[in-house]
Amino acid sequence: MISIEPVAAPDAPLARRNPVAKVAAALVFSFTLLATLDPVAPAIAIALELAVLPLFGIRYRVLARRAWPLLLSAAGILVTLVLFAADRSGRVLLDAGPVLVSTGVLLTALGLVLRVFAVALPGVIVFATTDPTDLADALIQNAKAPARFAIGALAAFRLVPLLGQEWQMISMARRARGVDAGRNPVAKLRLFASTAFALLVGAIRRGTRLAVAMDARGFDAGTPRTVARHQHFTGADALLIAGAVVLAAAALTTSVALGTFRPLIS
Amino acid sequence: MGGVLLRGFGWRHAGRRAWAVRGVDLRVEAGERVLLLGPSGAGKSTLLSALAGLLPEDSGEQEGTVEIDGLDPRKGRERVGIVFQDPETQLVMARCGDDVAFGLENRGVPADEIWPRVDEALHRVGFPYPRDRHTAALSGGEQQRLALAGALALRPALLLLDEPTANLDPAGADLVRRAVAGALDADTTLILVEHRVAEALPLVDRVVVLEPGGGVRADGTPEAVFATHGAALAAEGVWVPGHPIAPRAATAGPGELLLTADRLGLPPRLGSTDLAVRAGEALAVRGPNGAGKSTLALLLGGLLRPGRGRVTASAELAGRDHRTPPHRWRAPALARRIGSVFQDPEHQFVTSTVFDELALGPRRTGQPEAVVKETVAGLLERLRLARLAAANPYTLSGGEARRLSVATALATAPRLLICDEPTFGQDRRTWRELVDLFADLRDAGHGVVTVTHDADFVAALADRTVTLRRAPDDGR
Amino acid sequence: MTSTTDTHRWRTIDIVVASVIAVAFGVIFWAWGLVWSATEGAFAFFPPAQTLLYGVWLMPAVIGGLVIRKPGAALYCETVAAVLSALLGSQWAGTVIPQGIVQGIGAELAFAAFRYRSFRLPTAVFAGALTGLSAALFDFFVWNVDYALTDYRIPYALLTIVSATVIAGAGGWLLTNALANTGVLDRFPAGRNRALI
Ligand SMILES: Nc1ncnc2c1ncn2[C@@H]1O[C@H](COP(=O)(O)OP(=O)(O)OP(=O)(O)O)[C@@H](O)[C@H]1O
Ligand SMILES: Nc1ncnc2c1ncn2[C@@H]1O[C@H](COP(=O)(O)OP(=O)(O)OP(=O)(O)O)[C@@H](O)[C@H]1O
Ligand SMILES: [Mg+2]
Ligand SMILES: [Mg+2]
Repeated sequence: MISIEPVAAPDAPLARRNPVAKVAAALVFSFTLLATLDPVAPAIAIALELAVLPLFGIRYRVLARRAWPLLLSAAGILVTLVLFAADRSGRVLLDAGPVLVSTGVLLTALGLVLRVFAVALPGVIVFATTDPTDLADALIQNAKAPARFAIGALAAFRLVPLLGQEWQMISMARRARGVDAGRNPVAKLRLFASTAFALLVGAIRRGTRLAVAMDARGFDAGTPRTVARHQHFTGADALLIAGAVVLAAAALTTSVALGTFRPLIS
Repeated sequence: MGGVLLRGFGWRHAGRRAWAVRGVDLRVEAGERVLLLGPSGAGKSTLLSALAGLLPEDSGEQEGTVEIDGLDPRKGRERVGIVFQDPETQLVMARCGDDVAFGLENRGVPADEIWPRVDEALHRVGFPYPRDRHTAALSGGEQQRLALAGALALRPALLLLDEPTANLDPAGADLVRRAVAGALDADTTLILVEHRVAEALPLVDRVVVLEPGGGVRADGTPEAVFATHGAALAAEGVWVPGHPIAPRAATAGPGELLLTADRLGLPPRLGSTDLAVRAGEALAVRGPNGAGKSTLALLLGGLLRPGRGRVTASAELAGRDHRTPPHRWRAPALARRIGSVFQDPEHQFVTSTVFDELALGPRRTGQPEAVVKETVAGLLERLRLARLAAANPYTLSGGEARRLSVATALATAPRLLICDEPTFGQDRRTWRELVDLFADLRDAGHGVVTVTHDADFVAALADRTVTLRRAPDDGR
Repeated sequence: MTSTTDTHRWRTIDIVVASVIAVAFGVIFWAWGLVWSATEGAFAFFPPAQTLLYGVWLMPAVIGGLVIRKPGAALYCETVAAVLSALLGSQWAGTVIPQGIVQGIGAELAFAAFRYRSFRLPTAVFAGALTGLSAALFDFFVWNVDYALTDYRIPYALLTIVSATVIAGAGGWLLTNALANTGVLDRFPAGRNRALI
């Protein structure tokens, strides 16, 4: 079942930080790492990310469960590189037509796979520790995001688990009517499309009713809103962002010092 | 405060030819308690939306005027609180307290006053959980009480309730009604829409009946209105107290066994249940909200895989397939043997016209086209849907959608029919049709299982009742 | 279309339905993973195939623009869809957010080019093509740098654009029409052309 609840211990020192600060820190960290293609900087970054994990109150097992789809991406990168690598230098280990494995290819693959992990993990960590309501509150109060949009999106997010259940209901309704695909992939695709369409129709219908209910309670009536839940942006939050900048810079600097740095645009 | 004045009011929804409501002249004084009645489709919900200022100019065409304390309702929204029928779509936030606070934030109530007012509103409706309880973990009745708290926290001068108890079990409905009675101040105006009049009467001192074609049909104290117009209103589809519907008991005793459930369960949704369904028998399943009735219906219908225990079909029902459990049957075989009607009719529609919707089942089970046409024509006629054969199922009114969803299950003439809440939100006329339809089926030797909160329906149709209990709270 | 002074202001229903469209697509992508877990593996092992279906991921942008018909709708829908996949734990996590923004900008530019006045098939196809272009550019420079230029990066980019034009552009237009026929868009200009019943 899909769930958008945080999975971490809520009182861990970094999990408690302002959601906007956490998102900003994750974005800064990720984007710095996007700038390089070498394996060293991402390796350092991953080590740092794993080291701060306990401070976010996430257990390693939980992270593994959330992050396993990254393995698929890694496999994809490996296969694509073996077929299409730009740099095919180095000692050739295997050469069979389009498939070419050389030390150069493997080194590039290592760099890219580590980069995917290093870039994606901060996001996984932040979203695993952040409640959507808190994020919306902080976006409004600390990042000056327009309240109407942040709250509207938040209200729609609440529908996610409901829509997941609805998907199952629609599938069952089809079966009850004598519609199934058996093993035929084309029929399966058509069934998927018609289920998805029914879900979309139901979702928009719900959205329309939800918007009416929100209007009925004075949403967007022109009165300035007050806030029931205060989100504070403190020095510690600024420190978190600064820390992310420093650590990302440290990873890059080490890579430059070791002479392995390969900028994205050269 | 909270007085209502309508002069020649009418509204036509965009995309519609017919007026949803028209020619309504009505004055409600502050502090009055009004029950708004009318057959399905008479425009009751539309009228309430107009009073709440929730009909934007670009969504239709208006005639005449509406005023709340002399103001256009679109400008005087802070005077009005409204609670709709479906609780799930009126909760905005993930946590209960935040949801009640939502309206207060919108109205710009100072931050230090918000939480005391939230607590007060929750207390007034008797809400049993702390503020940080997740709204998704509430039963239907609890969600409805929360929605009521959200409206009351704003201290409206006019409170509008649109079928606030339609999907609730009798205890939950009673709680909501008591919450309303206890939460109203002496000068709060109340306008309530409710099909089941008898339960609503203690809350009101005046009854207004809308005429489907336009205008107000009757207006006055409940006693006066029902004494003068009672019989005529009942014939048109209004639930009038003292006009019971004749029950349809079985004409013969039950026949062969069709389906058995042995210690069937699906934790945590449904605890262990034993059950047998026979041909020529109408079985009612009752129980509080969240007891697992819908889950049981899906399990019996071969749509969910049991978590524990098993469902066994008899040879009478399944022929040679009786050794495999229903959830493993291929879909066409299942549709021929067991028909399921879901709690939410909209989940059930697969095609884009009413005709195709009815033809789908027979076609999938391999009947020749001539037979399909004949079956469909018969059902359309019987359920008064012939006029709508070309309409898109999603555009039907609530009552029509409900009838269509029942008809789709009937189209394959299954030996066993399982219906989840077939009568909620129905006016008296549709209700009677449904009772007759199920009774005819039963008397023709089919098995009928209905999941329902509707005590009248059980009294009119059921030969036997099974009551599910709610599994002990697992702290969800 | 009505031409009041603030047709460009978002109503509550615009905001909520735009968000809901994005969220529903998030759930549909999730269900795709459930139903077709086999193809996910196939994609991993022959990544160019993934580009053929790339357009599906870009649909929220085009549909958002076609349904809401307000400045920012395409960008908003694609961004919210991206934030949602980050929340649900997509394999690209936080990086889908900037990617979603870039993709949304593509479609947004197309609708802006017609000054938010035309929402017919050619506009939709153009929006699909532009969102495909922006997606292709993002991937070209950020993810695919280390792959062979002519054998992979360029075909990948072209396939992305074709897929986006066909699936997100034309497909998005067809889907919007189908939605309008169900009556759920009655409160939007996109639903106004329906025959009266
Ligand atoms: N959003 C809408 N768009 C188009 N038509 C609508 C819309 N809402 C209601 N209608 C139509 O307006 C008429 C009145 O509907 P309304 O919901 O007000 O009836 P009602 O008296 O509340 O009925 P019920 O008892 O079934 O709830 C119906 O014919 C319905 O199909
Ligand atoms: N798809 C689902 N996934 C997880 N839990 C569910 C699902 N559907 C229902 N539940 C939970 O299982 C329990 C039983 O639900 P069910 O819908 O069967 O109850 P019900 O008796 O039909 O209630 P109602 O009278 O409100 O319709 C409830 O606590 C519900 O929250
Ligand atoms: Mg109604
Ligand atoms: Mg139920």
